[in-house]
Amino acid sequence: MSTRARVLVRPKAGILDPQGVAVERALPALGFEGVSNVHVGRLIELDIEDPSLLPAMCEKLLANPLIEDFEIVPEP
Amino acid sequence: MRFGVVRLPGSCDEVDAVLACERVPGASAQILWHGDADLHDVEAVVVPGGFSYGDYLRAGAIARFSPVMESVIRFADEGGLVLGICNGFQVLCEAGLLPGALLPNIERRFVCRQVNVEVVRAGQPFTGDCADGEVLSIPVKHTTGRYYAPPQMLAAIEERGRIVLRYAHDGNPNGSSNDIAGVRNATGNVLGLMPHPEHAVDPLTGSADGLKIFTSMAHAHG
Repeated sequence: MSTRARVLVRPKAGILDPQGVAVERALPALGFEGVSNVHVGRLIELDIEDPSLLPAMCEKLLANPLIEDFEIVPEP
Repeated sequence: MRFGVVRLPGSCDEVDAVLACERVPGASAQILWHGDADLHDVEAVVVPGGFSYGDYLRAGAIARFSPVMESVIRFADEGGLVLGICNGFQVLCEAGLLPGALLPNIERRFVCRQVNVEVVRAGQPFTGDCADGEVLSIPVKHTTGRYYAPPQMLAAIEERGRIVLRYAHDGNPNGSSNDIAGVRNATGNVLGLMPHPEHAVDPLTGSADGLKIFTSMAHAHG
């Protein structure tokens, strides 16, 4: 029996995120004003039999803890 | 000296790396296939540049789990010489053999140009044929080359003299912390660098300075 889980991976606060900067600069060019503090991360969705394995999975492969934070979001 | 050059799915510089190794007098080089855990008794390993496993997830993240890399990690732990170039540097950081990580370039662009790299720390095993402060002309070509280590780790590797190469003359091409171009492990037998010494081994292409890294490795091995 698997459950669906989501892992959100974000660049760590304080580390320059060039993708976020690029998106932030592109939005006003399209007429979308008033946007700041844009950061681009990753969403990983998976079915997992034992969700207790998720933190180790994140530490070892899904995120690099030196440069990224991860958040495990169980599906309702 | 028998060099082994790893070929991962998506490697693209392994042939140049083999040719560079073969320019070292008395040396030979062979390809090490990613699915083969046997290192075939090579005496030094080069993890070359490219886009291993499509750089999926993060550059270098998946390559570290390939059979050949598990053996390379053991080889390094036993004191074997391992040189990681560009994507190879990213793989060695992800494998935990080197401190820190490589982030997207600060200018968000692919950079491809000749850079000046200062040898901060001459001496065996990777820079024995260089002088302290010598400047090598070597090309870079990468999108994810901004060396980063958290402040405490950065201070520790600086203090312990583990920075081997820095971008010289305000020529930092990617926003790397402290202009770091190459860093070694605590025991000194593993070096990772973003510039490509294997592309600078013939004056015909502008510089043969990169060859010194390979000859140094052979001399260190004796």
